[in-house]
Amino acid sequence: MDLDSALLTYIAEGRELLEEMEDILLRLEHEEDKQESLNAIFRAAHTIKGSAGLFGLDDIVAFTHGVESLLDQMREGTMVLKPTITTLLLSSRDHISDLIDYVEAGGNKITDTLREKGDELTQQLNDLGVGVNQTAPETGVQKGLAPAPTETVSRVSGSHAESDNWHISLRFGPSSLCDGMDPLSFLRYLGTLGEIVNIKTLDDGIPPAEDMDSEACYLGFEVNFKSNADKQTIENVFDFIREESLVRILPPRSELADYIAHIHELPEEDMRLGEILVRSGSLTQLELDEALRQQSALQAQETSLPLGNIVVESGMTTQTVLDAAVAKQSQVREGKSKEAQSVRVDAEKLDELINLVGELVIAGAGSALNAMTTGNNVLIESVSILNGLVEEVRDSALRLRMVQIGATFNRFQRVVRDVSQELGKEIDLIITGAETELDKTVIEKIGDPLMHLVRNSIDHGIESPDLRQAQGKTSSGTLRLNAYHDSGSIVIEVSDDGAGLNRDRIQQKAIEKELITAEQQLEDQEIYNLIFEPGFSTADAVTNLSGRGVGMDVVKRNIEALRGSVELTSVPGKGTTFRVRMPLTLAIIDGFLVGVDKSSFVVPLDMVLECVELNQTNREDSVDRNYINLRGEVLPFIRLRELYMAGGVAPRRENVVVVQYGGNKAGLVVDHLLGEFQTVIKPLGNIFRHVKGVSGSTILGNGAVALILDVPGLVQEVASMEMRAMNSAA
Amino acid sequence: MNLPVTANSSANGIENEEDEEGQYLTFFLGKEMFAIGILNIKEILEHGQLTTVPMMPDFISGVINLRGAVVPVVGLAARFGGKQSEITKRTCIVIIEVTNDEGKQDIGVVVDAVSEVMEIPASEIEPAPGFGAKIRADFIQGMGKVNDKFVIILNVDKVLSTDELSIVSEAFIQGKSE
Repeated sequence: MDLDSALLTYIAEGRELLEEMEDILLRLEHEEDKQESLNAIFRAAHTIKGSAGLFGLDDIVAFTHGVESLLDQMREGTMVLKPTITTLLLSSRDHISDLIDYVEAGGNKITDTLREKGDELTQQLNDLGVGVNQTAPETGVQKGLAPAPTETVSRVSGSHAESDNWHISLRFGPSSLCDGMDPLSFLRYLGTLGEIVNIKTLDDGIPPAEDMDSEACYLGFEVNFKSNADKQTIENVFDFIREESLVRILPPRSELADYIAHIHELPEEDMRLGEILVRSGSLTQLELDEALRQQSALQAQETSLPLGNIVVESGMTTQTVLDAAVAKQSQVREGKSKEAQSVRVDAEKLDELINLVGELVIAGAGSALNAMTTGNNVLIESVSILNGLVEEVRDSALRLRMVQIGATFNRFQRVVRDVSQELGKEIDLIITGAETELDKTVIEKIGDPLMHLVRNSIDHGIESPDLRQAQGKTSSGTLRLNAYHDSGSIVIEVSDDGAGLNRDRIQQKAIEKELITAEQQLEDQEIYNLIFEPGFSTADAVTNLSGRGVGMDVVKRNIEALRGSVELTSVPGKGTTFRVRMPLTLAIIDGFLVGVDKSSFVVPLDMVLECVELNQTNREDSVDRNYINLRGEVLPFIRLRELYMAGGVAPRRENVVVVQYGGNKAGLVVDHLLGEFQTVIKPLGNIFRHVKGVSGSTILGNGAVALILDVPGLVQEVASMEMRAMNSAA
Repeated sequence: MNLPVTANSSANGIENEEDEEGQYLTFFLGKEMFAIGILNIKEILEHGQLTTVPMMPDFISGVINLRGAVVPVVGLAARFGGKQSEITKRTCIVIIEVTNDEGKQDIGVVVDAVSEVMEIPASEIEPAPGFGAKIRADFIQGMGKVNDKFVIILNVDKVLSTDELSIVSEAFIQGKSE
């Protein structure tokens, strides 16, 4: 087993657990019954620690141990949950996450900043009264302070072993090595919990050389172990091998009877084991002799004494309790397996599949075209069936990449909590539509713009509690995240019930920044939209959250780079809603194919409203002016031939494709309408990144490349060109 | 006995290496002959189905579909500040692999005619002249002597640097819209 890949698995698993921890922590304060959640957090922390030990990541082990102890106390109810504790646990969680990041980056020794941070947090954990250091490894100072062994106890009762050390018997399962459970790493980890005083390797299990399987593990160990850790902690070291291997742990100063039972449980011969125990220092020879005497006495007793009713009864009760526990456990496990009924696939493989499906769609379109030219009806029919299936394959392949947006939304729980605390505001986050699905690539890219919007709403939107109460609102504000599907795109809403946008202030600011002139008469909506202009920021006081003037225009640009759009509505005193509209996928769109001269262009189909013929009257009217009368409406249009200097002569019948974007309408004059087209988007590459009005390219059925038009960019470009032309004329 | 043999074989090895390094594809732009190291070349295609991208400078001829990937095509003559010649039957698109900061990228170049693959030993390659070639000096890797004539060996990473192409295009687009 490759350790590196195992470590990667650990890192991925660790991150998941940390995410889970964060979710639960944020939920915890509102929960009635906290026990289950506390257990879950504890388990997460524990698993992180345990696995970290396997890889020898001592820093993580040391730090997580403190967190775990605190959680343990909370679980037992000796520590009550307070907001401060939640905050501490959250920052501890962040620290563990930093440590894991550091491991991933390949760092061996942690940096001073990380260590300081860790020490600071550990100190805080300590202040809460957690006995972190008592069992934490690496704290050499504390070891010396361990309570001095109380000799009296062992002397009084003769049937106790005198050793102050733990005794651990290990018989590794034959498949341990194959499973990646290297005995050495367990022992090394055990060593971090205390001191291994004596260790005896048992090689009795090794068969004659000819029968030996070189990959199997035949080794056993008898360990004399000195530590202040509790039994649970020591047992946990061996969590990973418990199923396959035999692990027996005897606490210090156990009854001799326990040692006997212990000896019986192990596969080796009793006498030999006894010797080993003596040699490893767990028992003295005297104690052993005593134990053996007791044993024979016990055997004699057992035969003569019939089993009493009480024993049966107590045995039965144990049985019921046991049954209940088992049932409970399997329930938990079932719940888990239901959640985990998904297959983890390398994202790269998925992308490869989607690319191939893209090729398949292109090839399918090509075959359909060829079939048409043959005029063979049977062939045309079968190709169209094939293409129908290909489209279905495409759809389900794309669905593979669809992820629920919930996880992204949940990340904001933390943001809202932290930021609102920082600002002294009370804010509830309400999430709806978390199950709405969209493409993973879109999700990855939407996080940052959303973060900005959320922070903006907290910072600028929602008022302070006093102000809210003065206005007759509830003192705590509400921030809503909502997502839903709407005609081929996903809409994400970020809305607050804050003050709403201040029309006058925006206007004033815009005049100051010379974005508009004082004389300009603007609608409310137009003024609101000014906040998306570059270099605009209204915050009177610059906070470290937003208000550096790099806000909304960047958000808008980032969203538009993903072929999305953002708009806002605002009601003074009632709040503001930002609405982000994103395409469901970045890979394939439904396009509308148009032709100018010999070139073809694709217009995203969801932007196309209708197509009208540019008739003779319109043509004559629009020789100089680029607009037509569309059923009484003025429709400005762009002649693609002129714009792109496509050459050739316009045919007698030109067409206008009426497109809509962000509430505006425009016409594109083209030569031919070629119909709908499944468009697989191919990036155009760096060289073309400055071209305006083209968002990408695609490959047509005949193998030629067609450009995909970016309608808003196109219109903007034409508008600014006209503006400049007019300015230079004046 | 052993010594001369090893010396001989190692000498051969060096010669072989030199041979490999010295292989160039020669082609014509107008009447002038150029060469590109063969290791950079992926394939040679017939000229056809080129899609022009609007608003780009003349030397960006457009894009083609190379088995599903969209590859930009540069008119080499125009890149050197000359005029792109007429497209004839012999016009070819040479697909070249260019290495830049972001990794490897395929770019096509339009040439008037592909000639042959030649061996030009290192000893036959002169450094680029300071001026007079009428091509930017950093585009030229060296001047190869073939049949007593000079062949310009191009430094494709420079000629087809995507960074530079993109900057030039940007300047062109801005200049045009202003």
